[in-house]
Amino acid sequence: MGCTAADVVAALRAAAAVVQEHRDELVRLDQAIGDADHGENMKRGFTAVLSRLDTEPPDTPGKVLKLVATTLISTVGGAAGPLYGTAFLRASAAVGDAAELDRDTVARALQAALDGVFARGKAVVGDKTMVDALTPAVTAAASAEGTVAATLSAAADAAEEGASSTVPMVARKGRASYLGERSAGHMDPGARSTALLLRAFADAAAKS
Amino acid sequence: MKKIINDPETVVQDALRGMQAAHSDLLTVHYDPAVVVRADAPVRGKVAIISGGGSGHEPLHGGFVGRGMLDAACPGPVFTSPTSDQVVDAVSRTDGGAGALLIVKNYTGDVLNFEMAAELAESEVRSVVIDDDVAVKDSLFTAGRRGVGGTVLLEKIVGAAAERGADLAACEALSLRVIASVRSMGLALTACTVPHVGSPSFELADDEMEIGIGIHGEPGRQKVPAGTAAEMVSALLDPILEDLPFASGDRVLLFTNGMGGTPLLELYLAHGIAEQLLADRGITVERRLVGPYITSLEMQGMSLTLLRLDDEMVELWDAPVHTPALRWGV
Repeated sequence: MGCTAADVVAALRAAAAVVQEHRDELVRLDQAIGDADHGENMKRGFTAVLSRLDTEPPDTPGKVLKLVATTLISTVGGAAGPLYGTAFLRASAAVGDAAELDRDTVARALQAALDGVFARGKAVVGDKTMVDALTPAVTAAASAEGTVAATLSAAADAAEEGASSTVPMVARKGRASYLGERSAGHMDPGARSTALLLRAFADAAAKS
Repeated sequence: MKKIINDPETVVQDALRGMQAAHSDLLTVHYDPAVVVRADAPVRGKVAIISGGGSGHEPLHGGFVGRGMLDAACPGPVFTSPTSDQVVDAVSRTDGGAGALLIVKNYTGDVLNFEMAAELAESEVRSVVIDDDVAVKDSLFTAGRRGVGGTVLLEKIVGAAAERGADLAACEALSLRVIASVRSMGLALTACTVPHVGSPSFELADDEMEIGIGIHGEPGRQKVPAGTAAEMVSALLDPILEDLPFASGDRVLLFTNGMGGTPLLELYLAHGIAEQLLADRGITVERRLVGPYITSLEMQGMSLTLLRLDDEMVELWDAPVHTPALRWGV
């Protein structure tokens, strides 16, 4: 059984709640190696997503993802706005007008999201960015078997591991890179938020 | 945290209201999306000069909107880049038919959002990225140097050129020349507190200073004991001079900038020392600017910026400017 537009909306509501809940944690992670705005920016973006889902609920999964993309681009600011915005926009295009998403489509959408982040941010694995969480997530999703929930759960596991792997890294992109060696010893906030979002999607899929 | 604010969520919007009230003769503030626009925009036939960035650096950028400088500024949340739709809106409100030049400080978020805006805007748009901070190593292993004090000088000089009728290609070429000739470095004596965070952005002991800070409360590269004013000025000036490098016989503009919490008394003191050190090296200070023009909230500290001048830059620097923060020749 695939995911309908309503399921995708439910997953995004869950993601918004998780972002809200972890706002302070993301601020603290960003304060250590960046400029302390990531938690606040993500909260602002997903609060706007919630309000737009309430007023204009889209009727296909692709349209839900596109609404998320345009909302994040116009409300988040910082690097996260264009990066997450591009990720959701590419995922939306990969999904097309399918009425339901099966596990292959979800894996394809994740791959498209990662390609978008590569194109926009030009970071590679090891730079201490969200790419370090999203790349293993995409690989895990591609080889996962079973339901959409199982696919997303494998992706979330891999993303969490990927986010943890950023702790010893020296940043080569974004504001953390100004710190050089001093950026080591802290988890990248963008990798953390990527893992949080994927876990929220996986949990929501398991419930639907 | 003690600050003169009502609510961290609305601090930028609330400040913009006050700015509109104070300077309605020079600029008009639009709130959704937030854009500060020169009162007589669009100016027909003139290249629109547009900049923007996170708030918290006032008077940069909104304080430089007006005749002879910026046509529009896009204020983001505190220390967060504006979104691309703010920039697209600024372009459409100010393009007088000659296109728009976007002045972007080199931070990942700013570059990404302005890049998206340039793709989305319907006018002819060019972008220049300023990266004058010598504290950051420019290498494949960093996001590159940050845009700091040089931005103020760039906005004034290219703003004057656009006001005189320079076309888009000429404004872009001039900008690149200024960017290639300007270098900066800053230090902090205290950290600053971002309203929505509520605690200081880094720790500094009473007898320490942080060398090589940026303007977003991000820590610098090195904590050292706070010394005398002369030692502080040298700690900033030496890396700047070595970097370009500046040499005996050069004509320069010296910009001594306050980070927000340092009194003019101390800035003038530091400026005097910098002038003397430059004179000792045979470098001629032909123009100067002293004051808090690109700040980091209430941070105590300063930055120094040196721009190697040519005749055209001097003439454009002296040209009339009428904005909330810089005003001469009018």
